[in-house]
Amino acid sequence: MSTDYVPLALLMFAVTYPSRAIGLLNPAIDRLPRRALEYLQLVGPAVLAALAAVDVMVAVENGRPIFTIGLPWLAVGVCLVLVWWRRNLFVGLLAAVAIAIAGRAAGLP
Amino acid sequence: MREDVPPLTTAVSAAEAAAEIGASRRRVVVDGLGIAVSAAGFGFVYGLAARTDAHFSPLEAMAMSLFAFAGAAQFAAVGYVASGLAWPVIALLTALLNTRHVLYSAALAPWFRGRSFAERAVAAHLLTDEAFALSIAHFRRLGRYDAFGYWYAAIVTTLIPWNVATFAGVTLGDAIVDPSRLGIDVIFPAAMIGLAVGLISGRRELVAAIAGASVGVGVSLTAGPTIGIIAGGVIGPAVGLLVPASRAGERAPLGSEASAQRYSMPHTLREPEDEE
Repeated sequence: MSTDYVPLALLMFAVTYPSRAIGLLNPAIDRLPRRALEYLQLVGPAVLAALAAVDVMVAVENGRPIFTIGLPWLAVGVCLVLVWWRRNLFVGLLAAVAIAIAGRAAGLP
Repeated sequence: MREDVPPLTTAVSAAEAAAEIGASRRRVVVDGLGIAVSAAGFGFVYGLAARTDAHFSPLEAMAMSLFAFAGAAQFAAVGYVASGLAWPVIALLTALLNTRHVLYSAALAPWFRGRSFAERAVAAHLLTDEAFALSIAHFRRLGRYDAFGYWYAAIVTTLIPWNVATFAGVTLGDAIVDPSRLGIDVIFPAAMIGLAVGLISGRRELVAAIAGASVGVGVSLTAGPTIGIIAGGVIGPAVGLLVPASRAGERAPLGSEASAQRYSMPHTLREPEDEE
C-alpha cells in the first residue's frame, strides 16, 4: 500500500495547525490590525471560487493552458444555484453528479 | 445567619445550574446528530474522490483525514494532487484556505482561559467549522466553558464520522473503473463552489469570490493554473475590501457562530436566523 502522500498529510497538518492554534495558545491575536482580520475573512470565498472556476474553465493540453467549455459548467452551475437557494451542499453535489452522469450517457464531453 | 447548614438559595441555584447544563448538553447532542450524519456523507465523498481522482491509497487518505482533518482543504488537496501541483504550492494554498480558523480560534480563546496548555493544544487540532459552531453556542448558553460541549462536538460529531466515512469511501473507490462516467470528476469543483457560497454572507465576500474566480481563470490562461489559483486567492480578498464596510451588508462575520454554521458541511449551511 502506497504511503507516498503521508508526508503531504503531515505537511498539511503543519500548515493548518498554526491557524487553529494561534488564538487558543496566544490570545494576543486580537491585536492584529482590523484591516488584516477583514482581509482574512475574504480569503476563503476567493480561494474556493478560484479553485472551482479554474478547475471547470481551464484545461491543460500539451503543456498549454486553454479555456474550455463543457458539461462541468452546467453541473457546477446547477450546484451553485441549488446551494444558494436550498442552503444544502449535499443537494447541490447530488444534482451535479446526476447531470454529469446523464450528460456523459448522452455523449456530451 | 446560621452557617452550619448550606443556604437554601445556593442549593436551588446549583440544581438550576445542573438542569441548565443538562439541557444545553442535550442540545449539543441533538444538534450534533445532523452534523455527524452530514460529516459522514461528506467524508465518504472525500474518500471516494481521493481514491478515484488523486489515486490515494487508503492509508494516504486516512492520514489526510487524521492529520490535516480539514474538509475543504482535503477536497482541494485531492484536486491539487490530481493536477500535479508541487507540494509547496499545495501547502501554501492549504494554509490560505484555512486562515478562517485564526478567527474561530481567537473567538474561542476567552472560553478556554484557565485551561491547561496541553488541552488547548489538542483542542486546536480538532477545531473545525462544526466543532466551533456547536461548542461556542453551548458556551454562550451556559456563559462559561464546558469540556463536554467541546470534546463531544469535536470528536463524536466530526472526527469519528469523518474518518470512518473516509475509510469507507476510499475502500469503495477501488471498485470504480471510470470515475467520469459516474460524475465523480465534477464533485471537486461542485464542492468548492458550494463551500464558497456558504461563506458568502455579504457584498465583500461576493465581490472577493467573483474577483478570485475571474483573476484565477485569467492568470491561469497566461501563467498556468497553479499561479492562477494563488493569484485569485490573494487578489480576490483585496478587491473585496474595496467594498466600503458601510455597504458590505455583512450578516455573519467570520469568527462568529453564524458564520461557521453558514460555512460548514451540509445541514449546517443555513441562514443564521433559522437557529432562533
